[in-house]
Amino acid sequence: MRRQSTYRLAALGGLVANVTFGLLKVALLLSAVEAGGGELAGYDPATMAAYIWISQGLLGSVNLHGRSEIADRIKTGDVAVDFLRPLDVQLAAITTETGRAVFSLLPRGLPSVLLGAIVVDMATPDSLLSYPLGATSLLLGIVVSAATAYLVAASGFWLVETRGVAILYMVASGFLAGLFVPIRLFPDWLHAVATATPFPSMLIYPVDILSGRVEGAAAVSLVLLQLLWLAVVLGTGQLMTRSGRRRLEVQGG
Amino acid sequence: MSEPIIETDGLGRDFSVRDGWRRTRLTAVDSLTVRVDAGEAVGYIGANGAGKSTTIKMLTGILVPTRGSARTCGLRPVADRRRLAREVGVVFGQRSQLWWDLPVADSFRILAAIHALSTDAERARTDELVERLELADFLRTPVRQLSLGQRMRVEVAAALLHSPRLVILDEPTIGLDVLSKQRLREFLVAERAAHGTTLLLTTHDMGDVERLCDRILLVDRGQLVYDGTLHGLSRTVGAERVLVVDLAASTPDLDQVPGTRHLGSEGGGLRQRLAFDPDQVTAARVLAAVSERAEVLDLAVEEPDVEDVVRRVYAARR
Repeated sequence: MRRQSTYRLAALGGLVANVTFGLLKVALLLSAVEAGGGELAGYDPATMAAYIWISQGLLGSVNLHGRSEIADRIKTGDVAVDFLRPLDVQLAAITTETGRAVFSLLPRGLPSVLLGAIVVDMATPDSLLSYPLGATSLLLGIVVSAATAYLVAASGFWLVETRGVAILYMVASGFLAGLFVPIRLFPDWLHAVATATPFPSMLIYPVDILSGRVEGAAAVSLVLLQLLWLAVVLGTGQLMTRSGRRRLEVQGG
Repeated sequence: MSEPIIETDGLGRDFSVRDGWRRTRLTAVDSLTVRVDAGEAVGYIGANGAGKSTTIKMLTGILVPTRGSARTCGLRPVADRRRLAREVGVVFGQRSQLWWDLPVADSFRILAAIHALSTDAERARTDELVERLELADFLRTPVRQLSLGQRMRVEVAAALLHSPRLVILDEPTIGLDVLSKQRLREFLVAERAAHGTTLLLTTHDMGDVERLCDRILLVDRGQLVYDGTLHGLSRTVGAERVLVVDLAASTPDLDQVPGTRHLGSEGGGLRQRLAFDPDQVTAARVLAAVSERAEVLDLAVEEPDVEDVVRRVYAARR
């Protein structure tokens, strides 16, 4: 926590950026809903507003840029120090990233949602169950994103420089996680592509549950889907770490 | 016979190096067979690129060897990496294991949690290290604001927090001033005396070797070329010892003392330096011969300069 609270000005800058782009999305997407006759792919103005402000609020927590501390550590060779600790390097990296992300909810997530609630009408879930379910889904989203960004970092065991992979990840994740528009608005084939990746689990699923657009059994099945994706990316990461260690050369002497 | 804490058999590692489009194999460590017993203090020395750091990384399970095998603290380094991490403390002179933005005390607390130390053990050990390494003044300072000398002391404390049986130091005194080096060495000597810790250190600083190590492993281009005491190393290259005498009165150059070579005189012959080969003539005999010629007030015997010895070993192999 202390590590993250060190740079307060950076947190403020991030918030300002989130809010600015949130207002932009409000203007665009709400007029799209209006043009659709007050409803668009199951979103009315209130759920759309909730989607916008919750997804903006998650930007500081859900990793949609593919960069991570562990990627830098592999590149510089500092990962050698990580291997000297009685810890699983993959899990240590993911939990560290998750801790940072959960903390970011305070300076960047909450204010964004509060501001959104003041500016426009936001939908809230009808069912009380949606709150604990939404919180679980949110946490899972953060962990899935950290575990997937770890895969980008682990490719560094082979590539050393992972900036190219991170950029690819950034382009794909923002789009397929539903950051720009909800994936329900995609044409069917693109929606199918998106659901075949872990990206929707990071953002749009928790947002749909927290906004009340998806409730009950459908919400539970989204959480289960997230768990499935978490298992897939964690397993892949474990395999990559194991075979990566054989390749590890520890950069920088 | 005490138990081996490091045991390697034909241990080696190659790297593939890209040179334009071609890939060539480079042997960092050729074939290392060595045994270090618990409680020893071993200096692992050699030029840059001799394979010292690669060996350390294989012994601690960071790097996977290309050939041969290693046992550290009775464990297989790669397969038992996490268990081994509890037995070994490593200081990399050029890498930090601390948290840049956190105060020193917080870094210690995190490391204690990582190693699952009990509250009592954590407190006792932290207090001991803070006192012996004199860290009290900057416990609340974020790591990024420490001077290099302060940070290295904190790094050493961090590596020793879990009371490892084996401490590996990879160039621990690099960049430190004379006083900081001295303090660090004194601490390591005391730590060894108090806990029987085994030390393995790589260094380019021969002061480290002279003051800390009772055994030397010298590597050159991935091969072990010497294993033994510092004194023995000097003898393999025929290095001379030097007798320095302070005389009661100005004396002409003592260039006729049998078995010695006159190196120089100071203060009009008040202090003279004579080199001799310890295998040919004893220090006592040289002193007796000098006393026949002049009244000796004080004397000192200088061991050969280690750096010079290493240079000669390398030169002989080229």
